[in-house]
Amino acid sequence: MTTTRRHALLLGAALSVSLLATACGSSGDTGSGTAAATRSASADDLQAALDAGGSITVWAWEPTLKQVVADFQTKYPKVKVNLVNAGTGNDQYTALQNAVKAGSGLPDVAQIEYYALPQFALGKAVTDLTAFGADKLDGTFTPGPWNSVHSGSGIYGLPMDSGPMALFYNKDVFDKHKIEVPKTWEEYIAAAKKLHEADPKAYITNDVGDAGFTTSMIWQAGGKPYKVDGTKVGVDFSDAGTQKYTAAWQQLVSGKLVAPIASWSDAWYKGLGDGTIATLVIGAWMPANLETGVKAGAGKWRVAPMPQWESGGKASSENGGSSLTIPEGAANKKLAYAFLKYANVDEGVRTRVDGGAFPATTAQLGSPEFKDKKFPYFGDQQVNQVLAESAGQVVGGWSYLPYQVYANSVFNDTVGKAYISGTTLQDGLKAWQDATVKYGQEQGFSMQ
Amino acid sequence: MVATPQAGAPSARRTASPGRRRSWTGWRFVGPFMAVFALVFLAPIAYSVYLSLFRTQLIGGTTFVGAGNYVKALGDPQFWSAFGRVALFLVVQVPIMLFLALLVALAIDSGRLYGASFFRIAVFLPYAVPAVVAALMWGFMYGTRFGLIGNLNDLLGVSLPDPLSSDLILASIGNIVTWEFVGYNMLILYSALRVVNPSLYEAAEMDGAGQLRIVWAIKLPALRGALLIATIFSIIGSFQLFNEPAILRDLAPNAITTYFTPNYYAYSLSFRGQQFDYSATVAIVMGVITMVIAYVVQLRGMRKGA
Repeated sequence: MTTTRRHALLLGAALSVSLLATACGSSGDTGSGTAAATRSASADDLQAALDAGGSITVWAWEPTLKQVVADFQTKYPKVKVNLVNAGTGNDQYTALQNAVKAGSGLPDVAQIEYYALPQFALGKAVTDLTAFGADKLDGTFTPGPWNSVHSGSGIYGLPMDSGPMALFYNKDVFDKHKIEVPKTWEEYIAAAKKLHEADPKAYITNDVGDAGFTTSMIWQAGGKPYKVDGTKVGVDFSDAGTQKYTAAWQQLVSGKLVAPIASWSDAWYKGLGDGTIATLVIGAWMPANLETGVKAGAGKWRVAPMPQWESGGKASSENGGSSLTIPEGAANKKLAYAFLKYANVDEGVRTRVDGGAFPATTAQLGSPEFKDKKFPYFGDQQVNQVLAESAGQVVGGWSYLPYQVYANSVFNDTVGKAYISGTTLQDGLKAWQDATVKYGQEQGFSMQ
Repeated sequence: MVATPQAGAPSARRTASPGRRRSWTGWRFVGPFMAVFALVFLAPIAYSVYLSLFRTQLIGGTTFVGAGNYVKALGDPQFWSAFGRVALFLVVQVPIMLFLALLVALAIDSGRLYGASFFRIAVFLPYAVPAVVAALMWGFMYGTRFGLIGNLNDLLGVSLPDPLSSDLILASIGNIVTWEFVGYNMLILYSALRVVNPSLYEAAEMDGAGQLRIVWAIKLPALRGALLIATIFSIIGSFQLFNEPAILRDLAPNAITTYFTPNYYAYSLSFRGQQFDYSATVAIVMGVITMVIAYVVQLRGMRKGA
């Protein structure tokens, strides 16, 4: 449960390529010793490192990596990989940040979610992988995740998975009350009203204020609240896209049409199984969670494209997903990169897809085997077709803050008020904006 | 915590008495303690004070700011709202809890209770439950959907107020804390009652005093010292409130803010916002306030007792 929880609570991302250009542009002068030594690391060097062997420590909570590590060690018997779960999401980031600060106890590889990566890149806590040839991987990954690991001219991680959004719905509930599966957000709100009138215990979805969900919704609506250019940061939640979202979602919140159940709570899992929560708009990593967490929902759930703002539209956004990175100061970077490549580009991807992960690689996403796989849990629906289609429709130009971890942590202090009092979502977002701007100023960003 | 340095001081003075060759024997005895004390108590405090004099930014690195963080903390509305919340908690919850503990202790001590030792262990048992487990357990009972409240609502066809709503959350936390600590405080008070010489009760009875009179004239005065200790512990406990809000926040993310209590605020600042320096400042300011209040209570209590 904790494993998957972070994926959704904290979300994934596409960062504009221009992000942090000034902050990290001059990477040539940092850590000159290591940089010089690794600058020319070629495929031969990586192979040499693998042949020489050694041991690396990997901090990650992604469950399918366990098998990858086992296979990797079988293939390269001289390499020993210590896979450590140092906590999920924020817990691990805290440990990692402490290790970076102390300069000891660092892992060689660390899992970092897309939304949190800019913060580590900015603090020069993770290694620029262009020196190892990561810049030659253009086209290997889908654009959203690939953009997410870029910061300025650097590439700070290799994408591990992705979370293009889709509408997961409980078909039984929709059939029972004879409600059409909504294709637009207008229809979605209408369905919410109809459903709740027909059965006062049933809700279209649950929402108690989730930063990851809210930003992904604004993303799909075309909002671009965060403007990031190096250390110049702008936050503005008054744009048209944001207002499109708040106007619609406010109706659901004010009308008490969303269940006041926190995601990933026991009540949430129960609600997904017994029809209390009829839909979820969530990332593509959800199927495995439903299968393992909501056994009672087997055969009931289906996947449809994310509802649209205009009928016939084709827009989606990302929600969740993470990358593997190499902390600056890691002892054996070449070997670490060899592992990254194995796990996220080569054989490891296949292993992880078999284990239920949603890949970020174009090769897997495009393969018929992946797309045509039938999911018994979803009534033999070919779920990946919908999800892969969504991956190609992610709206471009979105960026997260270079301190999104903090921003998300104060979301419920501000926007959360809209869920328990008369405050509107728009006012809540304004308060969130003020809090994030204040923090940005304190941290030395030039806020516009 | 308050008593330790005071206990160490007189013995140190005695060893160093003038006119005699300085003997290190005493120091050798307290040495191991002092070493551990310095390492795990003094060093972290010194390090926090050191941290609190700097400001580290994501852009611009670390700069010395002197008292800058303290000025900021004293004018920080979020800090004061957190302080106000625990102060309110203190003046409402602590008297209720101590009163209940007192009643239970007197009841057990009265000797008229059937199965007194079972009663005593039963009241004390919640204290043995780890605070995190207790908060999880109560959090589940508080649930209006699938928890005990939800079941009651379904069973009786009523709609009880949601204990996890922003209006009631502090009272709900107070309820958990009371449940946890009544037994602990009862034990402090009960052991104080046990040391009262029973011949006093006999003498009082012979003089025609009823049970209430005995409680009022003998037992309560005898409890003054123990009550004072219990009060000071409770003050410190209230100001350090952390576990319960931290656990319940998953269930009530909007009712419990990141600055719900001073400790939780310090936690959020360092682990969510990477503001270790300011977090250390908040912790120190709160520690000083706690010490001052606990000390004032102790002084007042002792003066009355003397």
